Amino acid sequence: MELILEGIKKAFWLLVTFDPEVLGITWLSLRVSGLATFFSLFIGITLGTAVALTRFPGRRFVVSVINTGMGVPPVVVGLFVTIFLWRNGPLGFLELLYTPTAIILAQAVIATPIVAGISLASIQKIPEALRLQILALGATRIQMVWLLVKEARLPLLAAVMAGFGGVISEVGASIMVGGNIKGYSRVLTTATVMETGRGNFDVAIALSVILLLFTFIINAIFTSIQQRERPR
Amino acid sequence: MIKKILRSSFLAVFLFAAVCSAPAFAATAQKNLILATTTSTQDTGLLDTLIPIFEKKTGYFVKTIAVGSGQAMAMGSKGEADVLLVHSPAAEKKFMEEGNGLNRKLVMHNDFIIVGPPNDPAGIKGMKSAADALKQIASKGALFVSRGDNSGTHAKEKDIWKKAGINPEGQKFYQQTGLGMGQTLNVAAEKNGYTLTDRGTYLSLRKALGLDILVEGDKSLLNIYHVIEVNPAKFPKVNAAGAKAFSGFMVSKPTQDIIAKFGVDKYGSPLFFPDAGKPEFD
Repeated sequence: MELILEGIKKAFWLLVTFDPEVLGITWLSLRVSGLATFFSLFIGITLGTAVALTRFPGRRFVVSVINTGMGVPPVVVGLFVTIFLWRNGPLGFLELLYTPTAIILAQAVIATPIVAGISLASIQKIPEALRLQILALGATRIQMVWLLVKEARLPLLAAVMAGFGGVISEVGASIMVGGNIKGYSRVLTTATVMETGRGNFDVAIALSVILLLFTFIINAIFTSIQQRERPR
Repeated sequence: MIKKILRSSFLAVFLFAAVCSAPAFAATAQKNLILATTTSTQDTGLLDTLIPIFEKKTGYFVKTIAVGSGQAMAMGSKGEADVLLVHSPAAEKKFMEEGNGLNRKLVMHNDFIIVGPPNDPAGIKGMKSAADALKQIASKGALFVSRGDNSGTHAKEKDIWKKAGINPEGQKFYQQTGLGMGQTLNVAAEKNGYTLTDRGTYLSLRKALGLDILVEGDKSLLNIYHVIEVNPAKFPKVNAAGAKAFSGFMVSKPTQDIIAKFGVDKYGSPLFFPDAGKPEFD
């Protein structure tokens, strides 16, 4: 218990004294997970909407795959991304392994099914009649899809939060593809694992507190946007 | 259609991520040097001291991947690392025989110790032979926590069990963490177990642990670190020049002097003893 208090105190000090290393790690975490979430939104919403609005053979299978993807362990993603990015692997020529870009990539792969799954569910919940009405009013197909996405924006914000929360707290893939390199690809979670291994529990707790703090702030912002307009 | 969307969007993210963020985190190709090493060199903080000096001197950007010696050599034998700093001599020799490495050089040593709870339930304190100590731990059924991760420390531990004539695998007193040295020490401390550790990691964690040194000084407990360049003839993509530079740096006089002094101010005794240029221990 004393240790936790020490850790919180330490977190406070690291923040108010603008400790350059901790600030760098925090900023990298936010940047990497933010970008990863951004990419996953792009693909996930497209994919989720497409599956929600079309009927094709094997659709149920695709939905099951997406839903399974929502729970895929990050280390599994990390392992596969590592193998792909190896120098002698299929994407080795990109020279991305052990870079922050590799973490973005792995995290985007982790977050995409989460975003896709929630988008799928929320678009599907919009009554069929609305679609017909929009089309009947003369909208093009693209306009119709856009209106539906707008209609589902509140649950889609939940997708953003779930995706971001999933990747910023993820450690397995980040350490495998990023390598936890000091001042370069070290993020809050991988630094926490390392400091725990070094027995610096106060620093580890401080980093956890900082992680929780920033995740909370970001979620609070999204939540306030989401709750501003209550669905009927 | 779905397949098409999937494929094109994944391609898009790959390219987009590569194009957008690569320049932002600029680090040019041949300047990167992947150093695969053991957790002990990172957990003690030695590399945090040495790497910036090397980078400043040579302009290389070192990507230190701290894993067990076993995994470090596995990376080397796939050409996925440029240079290794490892401490598992038997495995290193095999690595060299398979033609994966070049210029294996002695860098430094410290020693392994057997640590355990201060009340010492198996009564091994002060024993002179590590093998006898493990025998006694086994016969008393006291908990022994093993790395279990093919690291250099794990390899050493298996050696000693062999010498003791015991196969601990699967026995009740024997637990494997599969974690690095620091975390394994934490597990041993938490569970009041014994473990084999390198002295450096133990000293750097000692204040948080509450484990005592019970057996030390046995000749079989030497912990020897070598630097190995990954063979560019076998793996054309490795950064051979960088590996050579790093290897040379590790055995150079100024670096060896830093190693000799590392940890003295903090722990009262050095964590590693420099050995460059000395004859091999075995």
